[in-house]
Amino acid sequence: MDILGIPILSFLIFFPLAGAIILLFIKKEETIRWTTLAIALVEFVASLPLFFKFDSATAAMQFLEDWWWVEAYGISYKIGIDGISLLLVLLATFLTVLCVLCSWTAITFRVKEYMISFLFLETGMIGALVALDLILFYVFWEVMLIPMYLLIGIWGNPQRRIYAAIKFFLFTMAGSVLMLVAILVLYFINLKATGRGTFDVLELYKLGIPMGTQHWLFGAFALAFAIKVPMFPFHTWLPDAHTEAPTAGSVILAGVLLKMGTYGFIRFAMPLFPNAALDLMPLISILALIGIIYGALVSMMQPDLKRLVAFSSVSHLGYVMLGMFALNTQGVQGSIYQMLNHGISTGSLFLIVGMIYERRHTRMISDFGGISKVMPVFAVFFMIVTLSSIGLPGTNGFVGEFLILLGAFQANIVYGVLAAAGVILGAAYMLWMFQRVMFGKITNPKNEGLKDLNAREIITLIPMVALIFLMGIYPKLFFSKMDVSVEKFLKDFRGKVEMKADLPAPKVAEIKK
Amino acid sequence: MKIPEIDLYLIAPEIIIAAFGFLVLLVDVFAPKGEKKGYLGVLSLIGVVIAFFYTLPLVGSDKTGFEGMFTSDGFAIFFKITILIIAFLTVLISMGYASREGIGFGEYYALILFATLGMMLMAAGTHLIVIFLGLETMSISIYILAGMLREDRRSVESAFKYFLLGAFATGFLLYGIAFLYGATGSLYLKDIASYIASKKLLDNPMLLMSLAFLTIGFGFKIASVPFHMWTPDVYEGAPTSIAAFMATGVKAAGFSALIRVFFTALPEFRPDWTSIMWLIAVVTMTVGNIIAISQNNIKRMLAYSSIAHAGYILVAFVAGNKSGTSGILFYLMAYAFMNLGAFTCVILLGKKGEENILIADYAGVGFKYPLLAASMTIFLLSMAGIPPLGGFMAKFYIFSAAVEAKFYWLAILGVLNSAISVYYYLRVTVLMYFRESEREITGLQFSPAPVIALILALIGTFYMGLFPANVLSFAQKSIAGLM
Repeated sequence: MDILGIPILSFLIFFPLAGAIILLFIKKEETIRWTTLAIALVEFVASLPLFFKFDSATAAMQFLEDWWWVEAYGISYKIGIDGISLLLVLLATFLTVLCVLCSWTAITFRVKEYMISFLFLETGMIGALVALDLILFYVFWEVMLIPMYLLIGIWGNPQRRIYAAIKFFLFTMAGSVLMLVAILVLYFINLKATGRGTFDVLELYKLGIPMGTQHWLFGAFALAFAIKVPMFPFHTWLPDAHTEAPTAGSVILAGVLLKMGTYGFIRFAMPLFPNAALDLMPLISILALIGIIYGALVSMMQPDLKRLVAFSSVSHLGYVMLGMFALNTQGVQGSIYQMLNHGISTGSLFLIVGMIYERRHTRMISDFGGISKVMPVFAVFFMIVTLSSIGLPGTNGFVGEFLILLGAFQANIVYGVLAAAGVILGAAYMLWMFQRVMFGKITNPKNEGLKDLNAREIITLIPMVALIFLMGIYPKLFFSKMDVSVEKFLKDFRGKVEMKADLPAPKVAEIKK
Repeated sequence: MKIPEIDLYLIAPEIIIAAFGFLVLLVDVFAPKGEKKGYLGVLSLIGVVIAFFYTLPLVGSDKTGFEGMFTSDGFAIFFKITILIIAFLTVLISMGYASREGIGFGEYYALILFATLGMMLMAAGTHLIVIFLGLETMSISIYILAGMLREDRRSVESAFKYFLLGAFATGFLLYGIAFLYGATGSLYLKDIASYIASKKLLDNPMLLMSLAFLTIGFGFKIASVPFHMWTPDVYEGAPTSIAAFMATGVKAAGFSALIRVFFTALPEFRPDWTSIMWLIAVVTMTVGNIIAISQNNIKRMLAYSSIAHAGYILVAFVAGNKSGTSGILFYLMAYAFMNLGAFTCVILLGKKGEENILIADYAGVGFKYPLLAASMTIFLLSMAGIPPLGGFMAKFYIFSAAVEAKFYWLAILGVLNSAISVYYYLRVTVLMYFRESEREITGLQFSPAPVIALILALIGTFYMGLFPANVLSFAQKSIAGLM
């Protein structure tokens, strides 16, 4: 289906870019804000037909577009979505709207450049999520870096924003360049095997890759994605980036950018190199578990609200990785669901921290206490989001975590037990934080005059809370979209693993040559 | 006695460039004194453009002339096009810069044209003497150009340093050529190749010496480690427009001759020189990138970055396959756009008596001169290899060639270097956008010619990143005769 004669996915990729160019010619700050909001809303509305027109019965790529980009090298502009990427695309367009809203008063200078960066970032995110050509994916993957780098570096906290911005850029870059080499190796293996050079990931799925090579290639892909997720021990850039970024930057970073890592695993690393993924499953599961527990423990000790939420991301994404590498239906479904949940819950938490930071210009837990008395509406929202982050039944977090735990128990009972322990820790640090910030007496006189949320802030949070409940109470709405795709992912994965088991050993060396 | 056939069409571009060089000199002499001589630049531009249009019909002609000393194969033509683009942009930049610095007299433009002539000869020569003459024509012109700012001690130092070391390197090269002649009895690249077809390098000390000397001589011109020492000093002191010219033009010409000689005359010894070049490539990339990090002068930083880029190109040289060689052609053209663009930004940020070439001077420029800063950012990101810019595609082809030839470690070291380089390119953007300026830069004058050069460089950088297919297929066709 088309919008203005442009196929819908291409429209979604390039509309924000066109919007950014329009912004160049607007002078007044207020007009810039409204225009950006309008652009983000149009983008979101334009992305909704994806959800309704999506055919849940098939696992094939939908809304497919396929043109040559550099034909001589087999690089194509091939984009499409399946049940796995559909919801992430919607999450990206949805969160961008909220990010524009929550930046309304928080961003006071260089508004135009800020909004342009954001729209540019949206182009990168959507592009990376729908790309089905490895080079196209790589291009969008890198394109995302620059606006995020600027967002952290220009509008971040004055003290350490530059350090955080550079660290963010270099970590991601270091991982992804090795992925580029792996992509090239893959290309030439395929060229040798089929005689046709292509970066089309759907074609490359069919390729059987010798075991030794597969491990190397999986390693390179996994490193790039693990840095992005981030998995322990590659997580050190995340707390810095999150803490220093402006609120909207943290929201989009947690909501979508981190998902690029987990999405990369499920779209590229695992289906392309299933044997290596299977071999490394214990290692990745253990790193995920360390991430869960370590993230939770460090969160518990954080004096800074935003840093606490940042470390909780490490923990939550540990669940996502654990579920994915459980390699069963529950685990993978839960993992994808948890990607969305994390975007919404942690995104909301960052919004909430941002709201209180705008009022008090501090994020130290010790500066607060008894806030619920002066800001009752705020307290309600905060409570709901906190509970969702913990995974209380009835909220979205429960569904995702429960499925992941189910999957983990099936895969390995020890993983299940440890992950379940992580849930308890999660409840501990979140509730303890909530209690210290919101309850008790107001010890700090500065907190007495705090104003409750205004209409704009409430409008920002209501869709989040609505989604928390919708996804918690009626998950079928979303699962029905991804069921078939997840089944196909697992079926192909197992099929490829078994096929490889039959492969005689000498052939490996032959292909390698 | 047979009179050799003389095909003037074959060397028409060279003749035109030389003629315009003399014309510029003459016009300068006979022109009324004291007035601004902007028309000299225009005249040079016209010369370059005419030469360009005389080069285009030669595409695909694949002829040789002058007893086989000179060729118009695709390889030569592609390089000539690249060199003419570089010359065109350099003259455009100079039209603002040279008059600002008071060096916009006839000799300046004439020497640029003569250097261009030398570069074109290097690309087209299939006889070692022609290549050597081209190299000398280019080098001597550049020695003088580097010292054009006579009042500036750094410029004089730069010229002197470049001259001394350059003369030394030329000596090595000539020695290498002499040894090669001694061993094989010919200066024609093809004859040399057929002579050594079945020889072993290690059994022939003469050939071994000549290979070593040639490597040193060319290594100097392309600024590869360990023959790179002159680069930062010379770039820093030379007029900025000339530094840009050197970083792009001299490098392109150096590579054209290096590839021509090694691939045509010495393919037999490929296993021998591959291992040396492998090492030189790695060291060049790494040293260039790591030292660039600690620079505080933008011209020195760009100098070290140009060393690193020579290393990347050597990666493809080592790969030595078709995709690698066409990758080099693509790379040098993309590099010409982005590097000349970056130098243009450096020039535009300065004014008479205030060059602003410290990296610290870039603080706060991002919001004061947004378009200039955005352009600079684009050029730097392109050099860092961030998609969707020309530099990314160029690196992509080069590393893909290395992977294709199974030089996995070379490719990995290359991309890791590329990641390191991001740091110092980003540092400039950090200053431009993330820091407030301590000292206001005011009163910049953007004369039209450099601005046009900037726009052309931007277009080139984006075009080669977004629509690389055309240039790439042209590059692939161009190397058909060579491989």
